[in-house]
Amino acid sequence: MSDRIEKRIGLKAPISRVWRALTDYREFGEWFRVKLDGPFVAGQISRGQITYPGYEHIKWQAIVQKMEPERVFSFTWHHSFDPNADILKEPTTLVEFRLEKVAAGTLLTVTESGFENLPDNLRLEACRRNEGGWSEQMKNIENHVAKAS
Amino acid sequence: MAIKRQARAPIFAALGDDTRLLLVTKLCGGQPYSISQLTQGSKLTRQAITKHLRVLERAGIVHSVRTGRESRFEFDPQPLVGIKEYLDFVSAQWDQALYRLKSFVEN
Repeated sequence: MSDRIEKRIGLKAPISRVWRALTDYREFGEWFRVKLDGPFVAGQISRGQITYPGYEHIKWQAIVQKMEPERVFSFTWHHSFDPNADILKEPTTLVEFRLEKVAAGTLLTVTESGFENLPDNLRLEACRRNEGGWSEQMKNIENHVAKAS
Repeated sequence: MAIKRQARAPIFAALGDDTRLLLVTKLCGGQPYSISQLTQGSKLTRQAITKHLRVLERAGIVHSVRTGRESRFEFDPQPLVGIKEYLDFVSAQWDQALYRLKSFVEN
Protein backbone atom coordinates (compact mmCIF):
# COMPACT_ATOMS: atom_id res chain seq x y z
CA MET A 1 0.00 0.00 0.00
CA SER A 2 1.27 3.44 -0.90
CA ASP A 3 2.01 5.53 2.14
CA ARG A 4 2.44 8.79 0.31
CA ILE A 5 0.35 11.28 -1.56
CA GLU A 6 1.65 12.99 -4.67
CA LYS A 7 -0.11 15.73 -6.60
CA ARG A 8 0.97 17.68 -9.63
CA ILE A 9 -0.64 20.85 -10.84
CA GLY A 10 0.19 23.27 -13.63
CA LEU A 11 -0.22 26.91 -12.61
CA LYS A 12 -0.46 29.74 -15.10
CA ALA A 13 1.66 32.06 -12.99
CA PRO A 14 5.38 32.82 -12.81
CA ILE A 15 7.44 30.81 -10.35
CA SER A 16 8.07 33.92 -8.21
CA ARG A 17 4.31 34.41 -7.79
CA VAL A 18 3.77 30.78 -6.76
CA TRP A 19 6.70 30.93 -4.35
CA ARG A 20 5.17 33.97 -2.67
CA ALA A 21 1.74 32.31 -2.42
CA LEU A 22 3.39 29.33 -0.72
CA THR A 23 5.83 31.01 1.63
CA ASP A 24 4.36 34.39 2.57
CA TYR A 25 2.42 33.43 5.68
CA ARG A 26 -0.51 35.75 4.91
CA GLU A 27 -0.82 34.51 1.33
CA PHE A 28 -0.48 30.87 2.40
CA GLY A 29 -3.23 31.47 4.96
CA GLU A 30 -5.55 32.86 2.29
CA TRP A 31 -5.77 29.74 0.15
CA PHE A 32 -4.92 27.12 2.75
CA ARG A 33 -7.48 28.63 5.15
CA VAL A 34 -5.38 29.16 8.23
CA LYS A 35 -4.62 32.30 10.23
CA LEU A 36 -0.91 32.14 10.95
CA ASP A 37 0.75 33.99 13.83
CA GLY A 38 3.89 34.95 11.89
CA PRO A 39 6.26 34.30 8.97
CA PHE A 40 7.64 30.88 8.07
CA VAL A 41 11.23 30.39 9.24
CA ALA A 42 13.18 27.21 8.44
CA GLY A 43 13.70 25.10 11.56
CA GLN A 44 11.01 26.89 13.52
CA ILE A 45 7.49 26.03 14.58
CA SER A 46 4.73 27.80 12.71
CA ARG A 47 1.53 28.32 14.69
CA GLY A 48 -1.95 29.52 13.90
CA GLN A 49 -5.62 28.68 13.79
CA ILE A 50 -7.33 26.72 11.04
CA THR A 51 -10.09 28.78 9.42
CA TYR A 52 -11.46 25.95 7.26
CA PRO A 53 -15.18 25.50 8.08
CA GLY A 54 -15.72 22.61 10.47
CA TYR A 55 -12.10 22.52 11.60
CA GLU A 56 -11.85 25.93 13.28
CA HIS A 57 -11.14 24.33 16.65
CA ILE A 58 -7.93 22.80 15.36
CA LYS A 59 -4.72 24.71 15.85
CA TRP A 60 -2.25 24.85 13.01
CA GLN A 61 1.17 23.65 14.07
CA ALA A 62 3.96 22.75 11.68
CA ILE A 63 7.73 22.69 11.74
CA VAL A 64 9.22 24.42 8.72
CA GLN A 65 11.92 22.24 7.17
CA LYS A 66 13.24 23.64 3.90
CA MET A 67 12.90 27.04 2.28
CA GLU A 68 14.99 27.01 -0.88
CA PRO A 69 13.75 30.05 -2.83
CA GLU A 70 11.61 29.17 -5.86
CA ARG A 71 12.58 25.50 -5.55
CA VAL A 72 11.48 23.73 -2.37
CA PHE A 73 9.27 24.57 0.59
CA SER A 74 8.59 21.84 3.12
CA PHE A 75 7.22 21.34 6.60
CA THR A 76 6.21 18.55 8.94
CA TRP A 77 2.84 18.57 10.66
CA HIS A 78 0.69 16.35 12.81
CA HIS A 79 -2.71 14.79 12.16
CA SER A 80 -4.32 14.81 15.55
CA PHE A 81 -7.96 15.87 15.92
CA ASP A 82 -7.23 16.81 19.51
CA PRO A 83 -7.40 20.61 19.89
CA ASN A 84 -4.66 20.42 22.55
CA ALA A 85 -2.23 18.30 20.51
CA ASP A 86 1.44 19.29 20.67
CA ILE A 87 3.46 19.10 17.44
CA LEU A 88 6.59 18.12 19.38
CA LYS A 89 4.89 15.07 20.85
CA GLU A 90 2.77 13.93 17.90
CA PRO A 91 3.79 11.67 15.01
CA THR A 92 4.18 13.82 11.89
CA THR A 93 4.13 13.59 8.11
CA LEU A 94 6.32 15.60 5.72
CA VAL A 95 4.71 17.95 3.22
CA GLU A 96 6.92 19.07 0.37
CA PHE A 97 6.17 21.62 -2.37
CA ARG A 98 8.53 21.47 -5.37
CA LEU A 99 8.41 24.18 -8.01
CA GLU A 100 9.54 23.88 -11.62
CA LYS A 101 9.53 26.54 -14.30
CA VAL A 102 7.63 25.45 -17.43
CA ALA A 103 6.58 27.29 -20.61
CA ALA A 104 3.02 27.83 -19.35
CA GLY A 105 4.12 29.03 -15.93
CA THR A 106 4.91 26.79 -12.97
CA LEU A 107 4.62 23.08 -12.38
CA LEU A 108 3.97 22.44 -8.72
CA THR A 109 4.43 19.00 -7.15
CA VAL A 110 3.13 18.39 -3.65
CA THR A 111 4.05 15.25 -1.80
CA GLU A 112 3.02 14.19 1.66
CA SER A 113 4.88 11.23 3.12
CA GLY A 114 5.40 9.46 6.42
CA PHE A 115 1.88 8.16 6.91
CA GLU A 116 3.44 4.98 8.25
CA ASN A 117 4.29 7.07 11.35
CA LEU A 118 0.61 7.52 12.08
CA PRO A 119 -1.25 4.92 14.11
CA ASP A 120 -3.22 2.27 12.17
CA ASN A 121 -6.41 3.36 13.69
CA LEU A 122 -6.58 7.07 14.23
CA ARG A 123 -9.70 7.04 16.34
CA LEU A 124 -8.64 4.42 18.81
CA GLU A 125 -5.24 6.00 19.06
CA ALA A 126 -6.79 9.34 19.98
CA CYS A 127 -8.43 7.61 22.91
CA ARG A 128 -5.36 5.71 23.96
CA ARG A 129 -3.30 8.88 23.90
CA ASN A 130 -5.78 10.49 26.15
CA GLU A 131 -5.50 7.65 28.63
CA GLY A 132 -1.73 7.95 28.30
CA GLY A 133 -2.08 11.59 29.27
CA TRP A 134 -3.82 10.59 32.43
CA SER A 135 -1.27 7.98 33.44
CA GLU A 136 1.41 10.62 32.82
CA GLN A 137 -0.41 13.01 35.15
CA MET A 138 -0.64 10.29 37.77
CA LYS A 139 3.11 9.77 37.52
CA ASN A 140 3.70 13.51 37.91
CA ILE A 141 1.61 13.54 41.06
CA GLU A 142 3.43 10.46 42.33
CA ASN A 143 6.82 12.09 41.71
CA HIS A 144 5.68 15.29 43.32
CA VAL A 145 4.46 13.47 46.41
CA ALA A 146 7.62 11.34 46.56
CA LYS A 147 9.79 14.49 46.51
CA ALA A 148 7.72 16.19 49.17
CA SER A 149 8.05 13.34 51.65
CA MET B 1 -12.00 -2.86 5.73
CA ALA B 2 -15.31 -2.98 7.52
CA ILE B 3 -16.36 0.46 6.50
CA LYS B 4 -17.99 1.43 3.23
CA ARG B 5 -16.58 4.31 1.24
CA GLN B 6 -19.62 6.58 1.62
CA ALA B 7 -19.67 6.06 5.37
CA ARG B 8 -16.33 7.76 5.91
CA ALA B 9 -17.20 11.42 5.52
CA PRO B 10 -19.70 11.47 8.43
CA ILE B 11 -16.98 10.18 10.75
CA PHE B 12 -14.65 13.05 9.98
CA ALA B 13 -17.52 15.53 10.04
CA ALA B 14 -18.66 14.12 13.37
CA LEU B 15 -15.20 14.55 14.87
CA GLY B 16 -14.76 18.05 13.47
CA ASP B 17 -16.53 19.69 16.39
CA ASP B 18 -15.27 20.67 19.83
CA THR B 19 -18.22 19.41 21.84
CA ARG B 20 -18.35 16.09 20.06
CA LEU B 21 -14.62 15.61 20.46
CA LEU B 22 -15.04 16.21 24.18
CA LEU B 23 -17.89 13.71 24.34
CA VAL B 24 -15.82 11.11 22.51
CA THR B 25 -12.90 11.76 24.86
CA LYS B 26 -15.19 11.09 27.81
CA LEU B 27 -16.77 8.01 26.30
CA CYS B 28 -13.68 6.35 24.90
CA GLY B 29 -12.69 5.24 28.39
CA GLY B 30 -15.17 2.42 27.73
CA GLN B 31 -17.71 3.26 30.43
CA PRO B 32 -21.27 4.07 29.28
CA TYR B 33 -22.69 7.44 30.35
CA SER B 34 -26.23 8.73 30.59
CA ILE B 35 -27.19 12.02 28.93
CA SER B 36 -27.46 13.70 32.36
CA GLN B 37 -23.94 12.58 33.24
CA LEU B 38 -22.64 13.91 29.95
CA THR B 39 -24.48 17.20 30.43
CA GLN B 40 -23.00 17.72 33.90
CA GLY B 41 -20.20 20.28 33.90
CA SER B 42 -21.12 21.41 30.39
CA LYS B 43 -22.52 24.80 29.44
CA LEU B 44 -24.78 23.12 26.92
CA THR B 45 -28.35 22.03 27.49
CA ARG B 46 -29.44 18.42 27.65
CA GLN B 47 -31.10 18.86 24.25
CA ALA B 48 -27.92 20.18 22.68
CA ILE B 49 -25.84 17.32 24.11
CA THR B 50 -28.43 14.83 22.85
CA LYS B 51 -28.23 16.34 19.38
CA HIS B 52 -24.44 15.95 19.37
CA LEU B 53 -24.72 12.37 20.60
CA ARG B 54 -27.12 11.55 17.76
CA VAL B 55 -24.58 12.88 15.24
CA LEU B 56 -21.92 10.62 16.77
CA GLU B 57 -24.37 7.73 16.79
CA ARG B 58 -25.22 8.17 13.11
CA ALA B 59 -21.50 8.11 12.31
CA GLY B 60 -21.15 4.86 14.26
CA ILE B 61 -18.75 6.34 16.78
CA VAL B 62 -21.02 5.77 19.77
CA HIS B 63 -24.16 3.73 20.31
CA SER B 64 -26.92 3.93 22.86
CA VAL B 65 -28.07 1.22 25.21
CA ARG B 66 -31.32 1.41 27.11
CA THR B 67 -31.24 0.60 30.78
CA GLY B 68 -34.71 0.94 32.29
CA ARG B 69 -36.07 4.35 31.40
CA GLU B 70 -32.68 5.81 30.63
CA SER B 71 -30.54 5.79 27.51
CA ARG B 72 -26.85 5.40 28.03
CA PHE B 73 -24.21 6.05 25.43
CA GLU B 74 -21.04 4.11 24.91
CA PHE B 75 -18.07 4.36 22.62
CA ASP B 76 -18.09 1.89 19.75
CA PRO B 77 -14.59 0.41 19.72
CA GLN B 78 -14.97 -0.98 16.19
CA PRO B 79 -11.92 0.31 14.32
CA LEU B 80 -13.61 2.30 11.60
CA VAL B 81 -11.04 4.68 10.22
CA GLY B 82 -8.11 2.78 8.83
CA ILE B 83 -5.01 4.39 7.42
CA LYS B 84 -6.13 3.73 3.83
CA GLU B 85 -9.38 5.62 4.36
CA TYR B 86 -7.48 8.40 6.04
CA LEU B 87 -5.03 8.69 3.15
CA ASP B 88 -7.96 9.11 0.73
CA PHE B 89 -9.39 11.78 3.00
CA VAL B 90 -6.12 13.74 3.11
CA SER B 91 -5.69 13.32 -0.65
CA ALA B 92 -9.11 14.87 -1.27
CA GLN B 93 -8.23 17.74 1.05
CA TRP B 94 -5.09 18.43 -0.98
CA ASP B 95 -7.09 18.45 -4.23
CA GLN B 96 -9.31 21.15 -2.76
CA ALA B 97 -6.41 23.15 -1.33
CA LEU B 98 -4.51 23.08 -4.64
CA TYR B 99 -7.62 24.14 -6.50
CA ARG B 100 -7.85 27.13 -4.16
CA LEU B 101 -4.15 27.87 -4.70
CA LYS B 102 -4.68 27.75 -8.46
CA SER B 103 -7.46 30.32 -8.40
CA PHE B 104 -5.41 32.38 -5.95
CA VAL B 105 -2.28 32.70 -8.14
CA GLU B 106 -3.99 32.80 -11.52
CA ASN B 107 -6.35 35.66 -10.70
